[in-house]
Amino acid sequence: MSVNATPAGAQVSAEAERPTGRHATVPAQRATRRAKSPLSGNKKAERRLGWLLCAPAALVMVLVTAYPIIYSVWLSLQRFDLRFPDQREFIGLENYVTVLTNEFWWTAFGVTMLITVVTVAVELALGMGLALIMHRTLVGRGIVRTAALIPYGIVTVVAAFSWRYAWTPGTGYLANLFSDGAPLTERASSLAIIMLAEIWKTTPFMALLLMAGLALVPEDLLKAASTDGATAWQRFTKVMLPVMKPAILVALLFRTLDAFRVFDNIFVLTAGGNETSSVSMLAYNNLIRGLNLGIGSTMSVLIFLTVAIIAFVFVKLFGTAAPGSDDSERR
Amino acid sequence: MSVETTTRAKVRWGLLDVIVVVFALIPVLWIASLSFKTPATLTDGKFWPREWTLDNYRTIFSTDQFVRALVNSIGIALIATLIAVVLGAMAAYAISRLDFPGKRLLVGVSLLIAMFPQVSLVSPLFEIERQLGLFDTWPGLILPYITFALPLAIYTLSAFFKQIPWDLEKAAKMDGATQGQAFRRVIAPLAAPGLFTTAILVFIFCWNDFLFAITLTSTERARTVPVALSFFTGESQFEDPTGAICAAAVVITIPIILFVLFFQRRIVSGLTSGAVKG
Repeated sequence: MSVNATPAGAQVSAEAERPTGRHATVPAQRATRRAKSPLSGNKKAERRLGWLLCAPAALVMVLVTAYPIIYSVWLSLQRFDLRFPDQREFIGLENYVTVLTNEFWWTAFGVTMLITVVTVAVELALGMGLALIMHRTLVGRGIVRTAALIPYGIVTVVAAFSWRYAWTPGTGYLANLFSDGAPLTERASSLAIIMLAEIWKTTPFMALLLMAGLALVPEDLLKAASTDGATAWQRFTKVMLPVMKPAILVALLFRTLDAFRVFDNIFVLTAGGNETSSVSMLAYNNLIRGLNLGIGSTMSVLIFLTVAIIAFVFVKLFGTAAPGSDDSERR
Repeated sequence: MSVETTTRAKVRWGLLDVIVVVFALIPVLWIASLSFKTPATLTDGKFWPREWTLDNYRTIFSTDQFVRALVNSIGIALIATLIAVVLGAMAAYAISRLDFPGKRLLVGVSLLIAMFPQVSLVSPLFEIERQLGLFDTWPGLILPYITFALPLAIYTLSAFFKQIPWDLEKAAKMDGATQGQAFRRVIAPLAAPGLFTTAILVFIFCWNDFLFAITLTSTERARTVPVALSFFTGESQFEDPTGAICAAAVVITIPIILFVLFFQRRIVSGLTSGAVKG
């Protein structure tokens, strides 16, 4: 691998040169640049090419997310029900008062939080186990990895239907497992099934992220620990976990934010009945079923803020280990 | 490795493997089994069908509803994948090979988008697309799919591009190859596996989406299979739609199974390389 192609190298030089400004192209620098990069004759051309290549991607990403989010803030400040378009008017923060004093919102918020915390915790434990199995197994490594990728790849709605029919009385093989009732018509069992479906679907993803971290654990270190008399558990907690910490945090952050968006499984399994709606489900119902753009947008903004706060707390708590702060120096 | 390669260890690992495989496969086998059951035996609660039939498949392929949705799903996912991979490759090339201010910003922005709650976009996109006439059209779904696939594409591709020995290009040119030849004969073959892997990951993402598909469509014009599935339920009141839903579910699972079977190694490497980098 050429030196200039390493991420850290490229990143560092970009940082170091920024203060000198756009115009300051010292001849010596230009010479090294030419030697380093076969594509561009000088730095200016390289910059232009860089911007040109990134522009389409950046433009699409910003246009489809930043503009709608700002627009959504604007919509959330209006009374805007598509069934009564002539009543549209600016009402300030009234929608926020409506949503934040609404018990459905808080129930949905509680459900979403519960699902997020429980599924992520269980997935971390199971994912770690699966990662170890995929990393270390002596027989059939390919088969295990292939099997584990199926839940990851399968369409969430398909998996949700499978779980739904499994628990449907009369049809399903699981329906009579605990009682004669219909599990998907009671709140506690519905929530448990939603969480089970989520965990089944996303544990492999968690495991793959953790496996990437496992690959970074030096074998020598494990061997040395083993020679010094460390038990398997000690090797796991004292050697592997510290090395894997960055990978664990990345996996936790991504899964937490992903779990907070839970929608497909609830839609198919319960359609939000028996107070099993998540915030996403509630926002969808207000928008598509209720056609209330003002309230729907208010929920959109609140969900966005909640996710931003979760991400911020993660980054603050774990500092440099979080993605974004050092995404190029990780290796 | 500290684990001793004894028979007992092998058996223990083998047992764990079996548990993982069974747990991963049961829901898939179950829905496949349901799709082969006859209406009479559908509600017998048995895991395997007692009488096998292909009627459910004949039914769905004879309805316009499913065939249209399948065409929409394939078309939308393929176009979105193609565009996302091309745009992602351009950006990833710049990120891994070029030096320019704003690079970190782009990486940061795509990270933010990867964490973005998609439901927050549902209300504004619904209204914007209605005004622009994009609501319930292919482009109306392709646009958000590209957006949310781009971070994945950029991360995976830049991880791949950073592993390419770019000096080979210089060497080829020194040996008399033109810029075009160097790219075609040397760099393109090296980059192809990365592009292919990324395309699979992006396709799976687009193929999977439910939230955008259900909020930004309203008719068969752009409705994709996952959404059509959820509508099967309400529409045929006189006939139990379970068999049809399961058959349709199996049909859209087939591409995923094929990808996983043939490209397991690539998918794992693609997902993990992007992950370690952040």
